[in-house]
Amino acid sequence: MINTQDILETINMIREENLDVRTVTMGISLYDCVSDDVDKLCANIYDKLMKSAKNLVSTAEDIEKLYGIPIVNKRVSVTPISYIGGKATPDDYVKIAKTLDRAAHDLGINFIGGFSALVQKGMTNGADALITSIPQALAETQMVCSSVNVGSTRAGINMDAVARMGRVVKEAAALTADRDAIGCAKLVVLANAVDDNPFMAGAFHGAGEGDCVINVGVSGPGVVEKAIRRVGDCDFSALADVIKKTAFKITRVGQLVAFEASKRLGVPYGIVDLSLAPTPAIGDSVACILESMGLETCGGPGTTAALAMLNDAVKKGGVMASSHVGGLSGAFIPVSEDAGMIAAAECGSLTLEKLEAMTAVCSVGLDMICIPGDTTAETISGIIADEIAIGMVNNKTTAVRVIPAPGKGIGDRVEFGGLLGYAPVMRVNPVSCEKFIARGGRIPAPIHSLKN
Amino acid sequence: MKAVITVIGKDQVGIIAKVSAMCAEYGANITEITQSVLDKYFAMIMIADISALESDFAKFTDALAALGNDCGLDIRCMHEDIFNTMHKI
Repeated sequence: MINTQDILETINMIREENLDVRTVTMGISLYDCVSDDVDKLCANIYDKLMKSAKNLVSTAEDIEKLYGIPIVNKRVSVTPISYIGGKATPDDYVKIAKTLDRAAHDLGINFIGGFSALVQKGMTNGADALITSIPQALAETQMVCSSVNVGSTRAGINMDAVARMGRVVKEAAALTADRDAIGCAKLVVLANAVDDNPFMAGAFHGAGEGDCVINVGVSGPGVVEKAIRRVGDCDFSALADVIKKTAFKITRVGQLVAFEASKRLGVPYGIVDLSLAPTPAIGDSVACILESMGLETCGGPGTTAALAMLNDAVKKGGVMASSHVGGLSGAFIPVSEDAGMIAAAECGSLTLEKLEAMTAVCSVGLDMICIPGDTTAETISGIIADEIAIGMVNNKTTAVRVIPAPGKGIGDRVEFGGLLGYAPVMRVNPVSCEKFIARGGRIPAPIHSLKN
Repeated sequence: MKAVITVIGKDQVGIIAKVSAMCAEYGANITEITQSVLDKYFAMIMIADISALESDFAKFTDALAALGNDCGLDIRCMHEDIFNTMHKI
């Protein structure tokens, strides 16, 4: 017997509070596509993707209908391409990216992730060539997402790679200048990247994964915000309980969808990612959750503490709702994808420095932040280094996805459209870090990496 | 196997008749009807046995949603598992 109030609560979450499953992501291994002939490699990749994911979109749509819950994105993540490129040249890597894009189009999915390299300790020739190809690959494709892991708690930070990625971000912006530097919105620089992340742009199918897997990312900032507003004035213990209970319900939906998708597709279920992922829609904002706790505007004093509590309570509530939790699992704070963050940045309450502090207590990092087009590559590298250091020392995933919008200055607006949203160009501290970045080499791993 | 059909919107003559007729047409057997008020909305909930549904589930939900559009109502049909999963441990 289903309780009437429970039914109405669920319907209300979907109707009024933007409850949805953000993504069903199929992870696909491409190890068995390897060939020393790039054309053969591309053909193998295309065939494997089409065979493995041919029913992904239709199955997800059937599940949407069955449970009446929107599944916003259907995505694919693949083995980091630098692992399978062999002796591919940068031009070959662009060809591979185009193959991934063609498969994504033909499958009807929203994004494909895994045009990636992991270089936290050193760079193979393959990773080097892939990184060189990133700006062109992103300019000439629509749905391919790229990520580069430049640091980890175990390995420290590869500062040569950090310096390089500052230049790659600038080049990606230049090559897509006519489209508000959209290339940079599909490129993320990571520390402690995870193997089973279903969210873009950082998703890839890690080395320890099986041949094919289904990972699900949940969402629901609007549901949490409304629950907090309903409970009214209460202390933090009671507030944490409300968030936990809400996160439990949201995550159960993700678990249900993950199981059903796994069963129908005949593919093992990997993880549910317990993330609060906002969209630019009104009522679907992580910033508004923080404001519902009593902050006048996101970015003011108290913001980091509010976010820390939110992030922790979401995990505690969600972890019991799912048999396997993984991915990034935490609250996301992308600026352009969150109406509350956009408003806070536009009114000057939310700054880059405050966002950096916030990334120390949540998932994932400086995300979808527009900065002036004349920001130097070294400054971008400095921003990356700071963020990666937070990840390395705190043993967590952090990331940088900044967009130096060509020709735009502080206060101008950059439009990406869709889930990527829009954002005001934010101020970057103009003090130089050029000599620091020019040192190169590696920042040693922190002492607490020595756990054995 | 059961489905939960919810009808939300402004009250009007013949809602139950229209939804019931469609259930009969598709072979869904209504086992329970309740009414409630959520905020300013009228809400009716039907539980229907869909074991002997004569079309696939998606077509049935699409037909109900279309009926809702015609009448200015929000009609949803969802498998019972989503409610059981969210609200029961």
